[in-house]
Amino acid sequence: MATFIHALGGRFLAVVQEAGAMMLFLLEGLALTFVPPYRPRRVLQELELIGVKSTLIILLTGAFTGMVLGLQGYYTLRKYGSESALGSAVALSLIREMGPVLTAIMVSARAGSAVTAEIGIMRITEQLDALDTMAVNPMQYVVMPKLIAGVIAVPLLTAIFDVVGILGGYLIGVVLLGVSSGAYFSGMVQSVVPLDINGGIVKSLVFGITILLVACYKGYYTEHGAEGVSRATNQTVVLSAILILAWDYVLTSFFM
Amino acid sequence: MIKIIDLVKSFNGQRVLDGINLEVPRGQITVVIGKSGVGKSVLLKHLVGLLKPDSGQVLVDGQDITRFSGRQLQELRKRFAVLFQGGALFDSLNVFGNIAFPLREKTRLSEAEIRRRVFERLDQMHLTPDVALKYPAELSGGMKKRVALARAMIQEPEIILYDEPVTGLDPPMTNTVFHLISKTHQDSGYTAMMVSHDIPEVFQVSDQVAMLHRGKIIAQGAPAEIQRHPDPVVQSFIRGEVDFLED
Ligand SMILES: Nc1ncnc2c1ncn2[C@@H]1O[C@H](COP(=O)(O)OP(=O)(O)OP(=O)(O)O)[C@@H](O)[C@H]1O
Ligand SMILES: [Mg+2]
Repeated sequence: MATFIHALGGRFLAVVQEAGAMMLFLLEGLALTFVPPYRPRRVLQELELIGVKSTLIILLTGAFTGMVLGLQGYYTLRKYGSESALGSAVALSLIREMGPVLTAIMVSARAGSAVTAEIGIMRITEQLDALDTMAVNPMQYVVMPKLIAGVIAVPLLTAIFDVVGILGGYLIGVVLLGVSSGAYFSGMVQSVVPLDINGGIVKSLVFGITILLVACYKGYYTEHGAEGVSRATNQTVVLSAILILAWDYVLTSFFM
Repeated sequence: MIKIIDLVKSFNGQRVLDGINLEVPRGQITVVIGKSGVGKSVLLKHLVGLLKPDSGQVLVDGQDITRFSGRQLQELRKRFAVLFQGGALFDSLNVFGNIAFPLREKTRLSEAEIRRRVFERLDQMHLTPDVALKYPAELSGGMKKRVALARAMIQEPEIILYDEPVTGLDPPMTNTVFHLISKTHQDSGYTAMMVSHDIPEVFQVSDQVAMLHRGKIIAQGAPAEIQRHPDPVVQSFIRGEVDFLED
């Protein structure tokens, strides 16, 4: 029993320690944004890798999510005879919850794991050391642009997800199931308030930072060769999914 | 120029460097030899602060760099170029981008001048200009090594650290690289520390040879002195004898 508690305590301390190390890593990465050389080109390159290249997958998942919401919403609302509320139901679910969370999980699966693998390989093949010896700070050259790209790209991708989802709900609810088009949009306009939208934006910003922070951190501290890279990549996907859902709960309770 | 004093470094309880004392004189090429896994690369990394020792000092011009802050290290590293054992080429940049990288980061040369110098270095390494557009993943082992050499030498630094500059090259290319190293050395008089197994060729380019064995420098001197060094460990190593006594 005592050893069990001991082990538990040790594990807990390790988690707290890693969380602290990640916070410092984040602060250093963000602070380097304001130190020359500024490297706007590197930020653009990362925006392409993390943002632009995730667009297709976001379009697809957004459309299907909206269609499912349209279908489920329609059958649930019909029981109460309030199909006209479909537009607001779809929009609110997307803007407040599904958009930020699903976008974040898709970006983390697609770009987060790739970022960890990329940085992890740079670590084990001494490319990060090589940057250091050329008097280039690898935190600034490699990590900072990815963090910035995450902060910019994830909210924008979330907005795309929301819009496409709303259109997907429209396709199912209005075009296929016959809800009136006017009701779909006017319900939406009346029920969505700025707080909903701001909440969604805040969530996606937090998720964006979280995904890239976890991905960069895990890659940066990769050890033990190729096996270490695969372990780090794995940890990135699991840890960012957990953190996204945990943050989601915290932020939702905050914006209720 | 560089003075290593009582340097000790362990990894997970295994003592790799166990009190290294070595001086790397200005303007000379010092070669470190020793068996695979004795810690030659580890030693080299201490000279630019990539690894921190458990104890001991590394003095560069009299200053102990093991106590340097990040900013001081960054300043110090502008005087160095390092050839990593594995090349450490950037996967995301093509050959041109890799060789041009230190010039773009450390100097204010015009793009035309950078181009000229990069192609000059490619030519020196007997690499054709079309290689410039290839990515590291598309190169052979020996080509990678030569690109990495070009990237280190183009920096024309005060101090170059070469970790196995010719391993994986064919014999003519090995001679070319050694010739190039000694020629550029004569021209610019840089200080170098080199890890190499190519005995006896490496003796021709070195001013000083040091042998690392079980965490210590067991022999040190001019190439001729090392070649007739009395220690049987040194003798059997440079003769390439199979070592049955080793644990
Ligand atoms: N980052 C590290 N973490 C743990 N152990 C390490 C690390 N770097 C080196 N070692 C260990 O230190 C020892 C010396 O390694 P090093 O790479 O310096 O050998 P070497 O003399 O350069 O060998 P080779 O000629 O094969 O390149 C090895 O036992 C290696 O396992
Ligand atoms: Mg080595």
